[in-house]
Amino acid sequence: MKVLVPVKRVVDYNVKIRVSADGSGVDLANVKMSMNPFDEIAVEQAVRLKEAGTASEVVVVSVGPAQAQDVLRTALAMGADRAILIATEGTTEPLTVAKLLKGVVAEEEPGLVILGKQAIDDDCNQTGQMLSALLGWSQATFASEIELSDDKAKVTREVDGGLQAIEVTLPAIVTADLRLNEPRYASLPNIMKAKKKPLDTKTPEDFGVDVARRLNVLRVEEPAGRQAGVKVGSVAELLDKLKNEAGVI
Amino acid sequence: MAILLFADHDNAALSEAAAKTLTAATQIGGEVDILIAGKDAAAVADEAAKLAGVRSVLLAKGDALEQRLAEPTAALIVALAGDYDTILAPATTTGKNVLPRVAALLDVMQISEVIEVVSADTFKRPIYAGNAIEVVQSGEAKKVLTVRTAGFAAAAADASAPVKTVEAGTEGAELSRFVENILSVSDRPELSSAKIIVSGGRALGSEEKFQAVLNPVADKLGAAVGASRAAVDAGYAPNDFQVGQTGKVVAPDLYVACGISGAIQHLAGMKDSKVIVAINTDEEAPIFQVADYGLVGDLFDVLPQLESQL
Ligand SMILES: Cc1cc2nc3c(=O)[nH]c(=O)nc-3n(C[C@H](O)[C@H](O)[C@H](O)COP(=O)(O)OP(=O)(O)OC[C@H]3O[C@@H](n4cnc5c(N)ncnc54)[C@H](O)[C@@H]3O)c2cc1C
Ligand SMILES: Nc1ncnc2c1ncn2[C@@H]1O[C@H](COP(=O)(O)O)[C@@H](O)[C@H]1O
Repeated sequence: MKVLVPVKRVVDYNVKIRVSADGSGVDLANVKMSMNPFDEIAVEQAVRLKEAGTASEVVVVSVGPAQAQDVLRTALAMGADRAILIATEGTTEPLTVAKLLKGVVAEEEPGLVILGKQAIDDDCNQTGQMLSALLGWSQATFASEIELSDDKAKVTREVDGGLQAIEVTLPAIVTADLRLNEPRYASLPNIMKAKKKPLDTKTPEDFGVDVARRLNVLRVEEPAGRQAGVKVGSVAELLDKLKNEAGVI
Repeated sequence: MAILLFADHDNAALSEAAAKTLTAATQIGGEVDILIAGKDAAAVADEAAKLAGVRSVLLAKGDALEQRLAEPTAALIVALAGDYDTILAPATTTGKNVLPRVAALLDVMQISEVIEVVSADTFKRPIYAGNAIEVVQSGEAKKVLTVRTAGFAAAAADASAPVKTVEAGTEGAELSRFVENILSVSDRPELSSAKIIVSGGRALGSEEKFQAVLNPVADKLGAAVGASRAAVDAGYAPNDFQVGQTGKVVAPDLYVACGISGAIQHLAGMKDSKVIVAINTDEEAPIFQVADYGLVGDLFDVLPQLESQL
């Protein structure tokens, strides 16, 4: 079974971004970019399936600018076999990405697509569910455990009340949550090897998808700030402040 | 203009998230119908019918809807969508699972985690772990949104709307099968609606210590217990305790962060709390930059003292 993993190039999770002065967006000049952390978890899961002999091939795909090749190479260094870049300019919305991925699925015919649950830049948490809808496939979001059998996957999901186990029919869409696994670091020899693995470039036109944005971002604002308060010297002082100053206990 | 609100419940009781989402729906303006999809959920529909400002409650019954799995639930909502301009749900794990599927089937972009209704077609939502707020306008024929409930008060429950039964198909039901729920049981208040939250981080060191040190304080305060990702990853607390960008977003009156450094991903989930207390041995910890009251000290000394002085 072939496994497809969509990976997004995003601002590194350690970076505290700044809203641009004119309110048109977020300042991304000279900011460190990385693979979306949830997508690292998705790649790790796919590679483990291959190592276990369950998956035959792991294909990674990214929709983004030419620099998104870097995150594809990282995925190849982690153990993916092949990469596809769908070259776009500007930001693409989840619905557009899902339509492009539908096109990739039609060509590659994977038995399983593992996405991240959420991109940490747009914080949308939509793409996997949308792809599943467009394909008419089953979906298992926020996965913390996946057990594959012949034509089914049992997936444990992280939900608000705890955990939920469901069984989905393959082919299926799974989105990875934080506890699914701990992604490996690519070793130097594997990083070297990854440079020779195949990376194809395609365009949205190849899939007949219109990438025009649907939502109009009017402006981007600074969030309400919070001031550091005071340091208290003792538990007694803390309790006094909470009772008599803040009035919250 | 009509609005369909897809509500959360457990077939026995309506989630408070529904009443909060209703407030957002009322701000958008228009007649609001609440959809209760479930099995034997008539009591939930009656509860929803009491919420102020509801035109009617739609009750869809079916075995496939008992757990509101994404495929049949999205098919149901899409079947009802013709009568509505806006479809919304709380940004709970159920809402986040189902609504993007609905949006794609309707060929519209969803607006996730709305924190403010600017007008009927313009909304504010956080991006980059809440470090920026996007003001976004939708020109879509139908608006599909999830609502971050922490920012909205619950609508009153002093009305009585009619409950109508709607036909639920079985489309999509063959794709997924519910196996089991492994839910956390606790006598404490629910994290997302608690007035006070005591939250623990990596510094707690083990599940035993997490419980031995935090629970007595939480019990005295009548508080819910939360955790950082590091504490959940290490197994000190269950996944549903996680507060943050990719966990729960909370805004209690009082949030007590114990042995939590204050990474942006954690702050994203709690920085709208009314009063924040931080207890940390490192006076440089970033959590102090958002804390109203900071206590530099070892939580293993501070929390037992706190408990005995409460
Ligand atoms: C994609 C992604 C999503 C994430 N989502 C979330 C999320 O939703 N929620 C979240 O919380 N994190 C999230 N994180 C993780 C986040 O980046 C931090 O790693 C995490 O919040 C750190 O947890 P912590 O503060 O408990 O641990 P640490 O950062 O290790 O901090 C421990 C703190 O305890 C203090 N301490 C140590 N001993 C004591 C003592 N005896 N008494 C008092 N203080 C003590 C230390 O000084 C330190 O400040 C996410 C990360 C990624 C990459
Ligand atoms: N531009 C993209 N290229 C490849 N995969 C993407 C892209 N955008 C989103 N995804 C995938 O969809 C997941 C969820 O993204 P989102 O819906 O934007 O939060 C990510 O974790 C990726 O797996």
